[in-house]
Formats: sequence, C-alpha cells, structure tokens
Amino acid sequence: MNFKHKYIFLLPGLLVLLGILIFPIIFTVRLSLSSWDSFFPGLDFIGLDNYIRLFTDDARFWEAFFRLSFLSVTTVFLQYVIGFSLALMVWQDILFKRFFRVLFLIPMMTTPVIMTVIWRTFFHESLGPVNDFFGLFGMTPLWLSNETLAKVTVIIVEVWQWTPFMFLLLLAGLLSLPKEPFLAASVDGAGPVRKFIYVTFPLMAPISVGAIIIRLIEASKIMDTIYVLTSGGPGTATETSSFYIFIKGLREFQMGYSAALSFTYLIIMIISLTIIANILVKLMVRSN
Amino acid sequence: MKRSLSIGTVAVTASLMAVSAQADKWSDQFPHIKNTGDIPGECSYEAMSQKDYSGRKLTINTHAVPVMGEPTALHAEQFSKLTGAEVSVIHTPAGDLYSKAMVPFQAGQAPYDIVFGFSNFIRDWMQYLEPVPAKYVNMRQMQDVTKSHIDVNSWGGTMMQFPIDGDRHYLKYRKDVIDNPEYQAKYKAETGKELRVPRTWKEYGEIASYFNGWDWDNDGELEYGSAEVMKKDDLMYAAFFSRSVAYAKNPRTPGGFFFDLETMEPLINGPGFVEALSDWVEATKYVPPGGINFGLGDEINSFGGGQALFSFSWDDAFVAAMEDGSDIKNKVGVAPLPGSDRVWNRVSGAWEDTYNQAPYIVWGWTAAVAKKSKNHEMAFDYLCFFANDANHQADIAIGRFGVNPFKKSDFVPEIYVERQGWDPEIAQEYADTLLDMEEKSTNRVFPLRVPGVFQFTSAIATGTSKALAGQLSPQEALDEVAAQWNKILDRVGRDNVREAYAIGVALEDNLN
Repeated sequence: MNFKHKYIFLLPGLLVLLGILIFPIIFTVRLSLSSWDSFFPGLDFIGLDNYIRLFTDDARFWEAFFRLSFLSVTTVFLQYVIGFSLALMVWQDILFKRFFRVLFLIPMMTTPVIMTVIWRTFFHESLGPVNDFFGLFGMTPLWLSNETLAKVTVIIVEVWQWTPFMFLLLLAGLLSLPKEPFLAASVDGAGPVRKFIYVTFPLMAPISVGAIIIRLIEASKIMDTIYVLTSGGPGTATETSSFYIFIKGLREFQMGYSAALSFTYLIIMIISLTIIANILVKLMVRSN
Repeated sequence: MKRSLSIGTVAVTASLMAVSAQADKWSDQFPHIKNTGDIPGECSYEAMSQKDYSGRKLTINTHAVPVMGEPTALHAEQFSKLTGAEVSVIHTPAGDLYSKAMVPFQAGQAPYDIVFGFSNFIRDWMQYLEPVPAKYVNMRQMQDVTKSHIDVNSWGGTMMQFPIDGDRHYLKYRKDVIDNPEYQAKYKAETGKELRVPRTWKEYGEIASYFNGWDWDNDGELEYGSAEVMKKDDLMYAAFFSRSVAYAKNPRTPGGFFFDLETMEPLINGPGFVEALSDWVEATKYVPPGGINFGLGDEINSFGGGQALFSFSWDDAFVAAMEDGSDIKNKVGVAPLPGSDRVWNRVSGAWEDTYNQAPYIVWGWTAAVAKKSKNHEMAFDYLCFFANDANHQADIAIGRFGVNPFKKSDFVPEIYVERQGWDPEIAQEYADTLLDMEEKSTNRVFPLRVPGVFQFTSAIATGTSKALAGQLSPQEALDEVAAQWNKILDRVGRDNVREAYAIGVALEDNLN
C-alpha cells in the first residue's frame, strides 16, 4: 500500500512549528545582522558587527549574565530545598493535609507582576510594613536600595512565588513512588533519616533533576520581578540578562543589537543547561 | 510680586472667569466641567456637538490610568457622546509608550490614530506623524499656549504634536516650615545661617540635611529633607538634569548644553555636571529611607503626603499637596529650581564665581496623530476637544490627571484661589514662578530631542544610578556616560544628531 499521503497529515503541525518556532528564530538571526534601531529602521546587512560589539565592548551584558546565574542557582536551590521539605511534610499523614496542599500552591496561582507590586509595597523602606516591624527594634534595612539586600529581596520574592511549582512536581513524584522499597527499609529497621537518604532521595532523583532543570529554565528568564521591584537597581545591582535585553530592545529600540543579545543568550542557555542537566544526572541519578 | 499680563491674556482670563460657576446645558450633562460650564471656542462642547462622526472609529494609545490615561478615557467618552464616534482607548505603561507606537510606525501600519507620549519622542516619531493642520495652529485656543510649549511641540517651525500638557521642573517646599519664625530662629542659632527658600543647591542640601530625620511638623512621624526621583530608568535622568542646569548652563557660552554643537563632543562629564552629581550623591543622605529607589509616584506620595521638606520635579507633587483633603493644603510653596554660586565656562575651562540659575523646560505629555491614520480630522478634533478651555481648566485641578499649565491664561492666580481654594499668596507664587520660567528667562534648557534619544537618556540613567549606589564616583560615572554617548553618536551619526540638536540649541540660545 502507498502511505505517502500520511505526510499530508503532518503538514498542519509542521506549518505551526515553522510559524511559531523556526521563523522567529530565523528572523531574530537575520535581525541580529542588521543595524535596525529607531533612526535606521530596516533589515540592512552589517555582518557580525553586533556580535563583535557584544563580545568586545559590552561588559554590562556579561555582568548581567553572571548576576543572573547567581540569582538563578540560588533561588532554584532554595526552592528545591523548601519545596522538597513541604512536599515531604504533606506526603505524610498529617492533620489538614489537603488544606496545606492547596495553601502551599497559592503563591504560584497569583499573577507575578501583581504580587511583585505588593512585595514592593511590603519592602518599601520608609512606608512599608516590613520596616515598620524592624523599626520596633531600631532598624531600617534598605531592602531595595542596598546592593546586597536588593538581591536578597529579589531572591525572597522569587522563592516565595515559585517554590510551590517545585512543591507540586516533587509531591507528584512522591505520590507515584512504589511502596515496596519503603516496606523493605522498614523491615530492615531503617529510621526516617536513613529511609530518606537511601530510599526516598534516590527514587526521587530523576524527578528532582527534571524539576530543577524546568525551574532553572524559567528562573533564567527572570524579568517581571526585576522590572517591578528594582528596575535593575540600585545602580546595576539586580540587572539580569533578560532585563538588559529588554532595555536595549524595547526602551532604547536597538532592535538589531538586542536580537544579537537574545540569540547569543539563547545559545549560551542551551549549552549551559545541557551541561547542568548532564552534571545533575551524573550526580543525582547515576551515583545512586 | 505682581505681574502685568498682556491684554490678550487678560481677555482670555476674563472670559474664563466670567463663565466661572455658571451652570449650562453642557455642565449638566458633563459634570467634569461643572466649575466653568462650557467655554466658547473652536473645540468647545457646543462646537463638537455640531460634528457627526457616527459610524467611525478612533483608536488611541495612551498612558495607563490615572496619569494622562484617565483624562484620555474621560474625554474620549465625552467626545463619543457629542459626535457619535466610537472611541477605543488603549492604556500602556509609560516605559512602553515609545516602542508600542514605534513598532507599527516602522512596519508601516497604523493601529492607532492618536499616540500619546513624551514630547522628547518628537525626533524619532516625527516622520510618522501628521503635522497639526493650520486651522488648529491658528485658532484662538492655540494662541493661548505659551511660546515654550509651542516650541516643545514643534520641529523646525512645524507643529508636529498637539499641546495638551505643560511641564517644567521647579522647587516645592514646605511653607509652614521655611516661613516658621520659631524654626528660622532655631536654624539661625544652630547654623548661623538664614532659613529661607534655597537659592542654591548647596543651600538646599544644608537645609534639607538640617530637617532630615525628625518630626518637624509634630504629626508623630519622622520627616525627611527631600523627596526626589532617583530610581533607575524611572525618569531619574530628568531629575539629574534639573540639578545640573545651574552648574552647567552658562548663558555666556551658547552652542550647546548636552553637546558642543560644533564638535558634537559630549559635555556630560564636564565639571558642572560632575558637581551636580556630587550634590546628588550627597542628597542620598537626606532623602527618606529607600529614597534612592523612589520613582515619580513615590516622590509625589512622599512630598504630597507631607513626608519631605523639599521636592523638585513636575507639578504633580505640588498639585497633590494642594488638593482638597490633603493634610498640607496651603502649607506648601513654589520657587524656581535652585541655582548655584558658580557656573562652569566650557570655553575658558574655568569656573565663573557668579550666581547662576536656569529653568529646565522638561519634556511632558503630548499627543500626535499618525500620518497613516485614515481619520486625521476626527483625531485632531479629539485632541482639540481634549485641550479645550473647559476641559483644561477642570483637568489641571486634578493632580492625578497629570495635566499641568501650558496656557498663558493658566498663570492667573485668581483661577486657583476661586476654583481650588488655594491661599492667594501661594497661588501668586505658583503663577509667577511658572510664568517666569516660561516667558521671562533667557537661560532655559530644553529636553534633549535627537535621534535615538532613549539611548542617550538610558546611558545617563545607568551612569548616575551607579554613582548614587556608590558603585562609581561621580566623575567615573559621567566619564562612562560620555564614552557611551560617543559610541551612540558614532552609531547614529554625529551629523544626524547635530542636525536635530541644533534645533534645541536655537531655542536655548534664544535665536528664534
């Protein structure tokens, strides 16, 4: 029988793929080879000038990238630890288990921009309730104006917002674990700590790697929190790659250059996340 | 100080005052203008009601509510009722107004008939805008607009944007503190100096420092010296220029404030600007906690809420403080931006030890009609209606609207006394200060209006915020900005920037 007509059924999917994934990437690459800005609109061809500028004359992009790496790794690590702890807690038979499961998910269901506005109000150094509390002890921490504390504030907001996502994935993993290994460990007399180290954690490793990678991908795009909370300040203390690309593209309207930044950033993220995934698999899965 | 007004202005004012508080059929339908009723004019309620735009649609991209977004929507609704037009209003955050219009402009599309934005967008936008037709430029309503704001909305003598708002930076201060004899005596005793409205930025800093961190209005809360827009990318570059003009705008060295027009070398890292940035870094010690992260909204809330002794930026903080319901209504005063005891002479390369003051006619809100729009007449009628005398009088009384004086008839103190309950002395001070800046000064600085303007202002915001955060010294920060500006000039083309900058310099040098 001739099944060549089967390719016709693939066509809609392929067209959608081309339209929403391949074309934007190709267009971004083409745009990155042009000088398109507010004064010279259009796809002229300037070769690799934008890439040369990026690699030889834009320290701010690389500073933002390393800052992003720090913020991503720190927030995802904290989200994993807290999310795993909460998931373990409601995995057990505790009172109001269902209530807590829903409660822990609420931050993730809120709109990030709106919640960040609320957090900004909380952390407002002279008018916010957080400093009203610290004022009782004679302290006025500069949550948004001090270089170090501003990073801490961003981390707090990110961890609060996205720990539930980690919690959800890890709880789903815990609920899908087979019971036999835990029964065998109990028969062997293993306590809760040993059970966690030798049974729960190894069994959860593949799910953990998946959850961490998904969160790292998301965390590397951090934008709305920075935009609303600090605008990348004070100075450039909380400026991340995506925020910097936004400034260059949609504030300064350097479309060609921001396309070069975006494409370079995409390549770097693909390479670095692949390496991180391999390391995590090696450390967490194969070693078990 | 009393001022003699031109006969034309008096006539316009008299007509405005004459209709004051007269209810008419239009104010019955539109309570927004209840204080004045309709005021006769080319774009009055009566005139608009004669138009028929039924079955036609006008699309407007404007700012988010309330600032400018609320009056846009309100006047759209009124315009729709009067003319039968369908008016769709899209609200956009301030930071995205430029790009949201620029993307379709460059793509050759016209999703919006009218675009709201800042007047310093003019150079980048103007090739996509429809010039304001002569019939609007020549009408009586437009004759009432100050020359400064005609200039701000025009390019090479052609009006490209429709004046709907007037902006300038000036000093606001707590009158109940500065004029308080008890505090004057205390300040004199402790510092040996007079407590008065500061004439220089150094004096501003001294007084602000003195009144920082204690409860000087006995409300049980701590108060602070100054509230300023210092948050990166939140219009802070305009605050920096306000602090710079006194040190760097020398009336004896024409030919550029931001650049040397001849060589197009950036002047931004010169000693005048560095001195201003040093003052600003010092100011981080007398702003409220977290003041380094204050955007415009924070500044309005801080000064308008009675938290700070001084503030300087757009009108909004002052208008908020003077609204009904404000705890500090009639306790605030207005003065020109502080000056300096010396000014940099870039030609001789030396400081001149003489008092200098320069008004900063900062950019403000404006609106324009897209060239590719198919509804030019309806769009201009809407803008003309937005800014008609009745709407304008009602709008400027509402702080959150962001509509500020730009007509000669706005500078008559009686308007504010009668309609808004201002203290006559404060109203006089307000009118005199604004009018002096608009019409009298010959040492004004206009906003930078060149191709790629956002690249230049973004570099300023980044550099100065690094200095405020202590990441760089003022000189290092401004050297970095100057280096960035040179790179931008190379990319955009020095001649392209020079050509555009020359138009602003001509205004500053009073050549037209």
